[in-house]
Amino acid sequence: MTIGVLGLQGAVREHVKSLDALGVPTRVVKSTADLDGLSGLILPGGESTAIALLGENGVFDRLRRLAAEGLPMFGTCAGMILLARDVEGRAAAPLGAIDITVARNASGRQVHSFETTLAIDGIGDDVPAVFIRAPYITRVGAGVRVLARHAGVPVMATEGRILVASFHPELTEDLRVHRYFVETVCGLRREGERG
Amino acid sequence: MVEKGTYRVKSGLAEMLKGGVIMDVTTAEQARIAETAGAVAVMALERVPADIRAQGGVARMADPTKVREIMDTVSIPVMAKARIGHFVEAQVLEALEVDYIDESEVLTPADPHFHINKWAFTVPFICGARDLGEACRRIAEGAAMIRTKGEPGTGNVIEAVRHMRLMNEQIRAVLDAPEEELMTIGKNLGAPYQILLAIRDAGRLPVVNFAAGGIATPADAAMMMQLGCDGIFVGSGIFKSGDPARRARAIVEATTHYDDAKLIAEVSKGLGEAMPGIEIGTIPEHEMMQTRGK
Repeated sequence: MTIGVLGLQGAVREHVKSLDALGVPTRVVKSTADLDGLSGLILPGGESTAIALLGENGVFDRLRRLAAEGLPMFGTCAGMILLARDVEGRAAAPLGAIDITVARNASGRQVHSFETTLAIDGIGDDVPAVFIRAPYITRVGAGVRVLARHAGVPVMATEGRILVASFHPELTEDLRVHRYFVETVCGLRREGERG
Repeated sequence: MVEKGTYRVKSGLAEMLKGGVIMDVTTAEQARIAETAGAVAVMALERVPADIRAQGGVARMADPTKVREIMDTVSIPVMAKARIGHFVEAQVLEALEVDYIDESEVLTPADPHFHINKWAFTVPFICGARDLGEACRRIAEGAAMIRTKGEPGTGNVIEAVRHMRLMNEQIRAVLDAPEEELMTIGKNLGAPYQILLAIRDAGRLPVVNFAAGGIATPADAAMMMQLGCDGIFVGSGIFKSGDPARRARAIVEATTHYDDAKLIAEVSKGLGEAMPGIEIGTIPEHEMMQTRGK
């Protein structure tokens, strides 16, 4: 049982740290060979334009197939943009694995980045969330369930085995969002949680 | 409740830039080339360091028109430089809503003694450092991201290597020291004690540390990554080279796959002329940029 963290660019080590704290073995994924035998994959925050270019080394071709085959995936911020079916102002979405449309940098420039707490369906009423130049979900497909909203706007959603969030649970000490991905989306039981 | 400008929000953006390349640009056209090549952010400035070095005179914050033009052109974060200690240039850049301010030795310092109080701002700051003491002082002043100073505008990586190795060595000493030695280590480094405690807590520098100052090739970038930095700044190295778009893309690939020598060999092929570069020993002492601000 290993969860991969896409390691082309961005907040890779924070996700690894959160999974470590849950006692989940991890692997940083940079090339197609790193994708074999994973039970799930996290696509971290970073710059989606840079990650989308770097992923054209074959990794994204494999990810499209793996998503279709049902590999559980969790995208935070840039990761959500990569997983979305449509991105406003862009011709093509890199992976198109969840039926939503997202608007990049919808929370504004960095001076408008913020932290808050969210009520997340099935997780808790007081989950800390850090929004950094965050994308928002502007359209939700029929099969998609919205798990959290901020100021009325959907910021976390799931469809099938794909989970996406506008914000960064990996920048906080709170492990509940990662636990939700591992247990509920991936359906894994953890052995010996630490911390 | 919604809180803006917290330290977590400031340092958080730097965390998102890790493993990426930030490129100096002087025009909207260059910014577009940088974004297309996979830059994670651009640094908007009037002249690249190599030109500042060659032309001399007082180097100041860029014209707001230019900064806005670059912000309107790309969707990636835009950083801009303020002079060391020039808190009003910083206020102006914050009002323009740039995403990060570089309080930079590349520009002519505005205050002979003090850096900007970066806690007073909502926008995050990055500062240069040559050793751990300098890095810790800037963090204590509120910097949310650090970079090596290197020697800007030279295309010569030796000073960035010197600063990175020194910082690594000093961090190892802080991590290995028994508790009772920490205060004296702090005194000798000129490093605030609380920041040393944060280093011991994190097992590393508590903020992201990029390499900057003299990086000109994919191999330079990969070497700095192997030395343990979190990402790369390329100043003059891209737009002073023969084929900026190709070189930019190659440096991005080499930064991500920094431990894959075959890939670095592949992307290094036929990049055309690198920037000419300067031997550090030929630079007069008063023209060194890295000694500005302590």
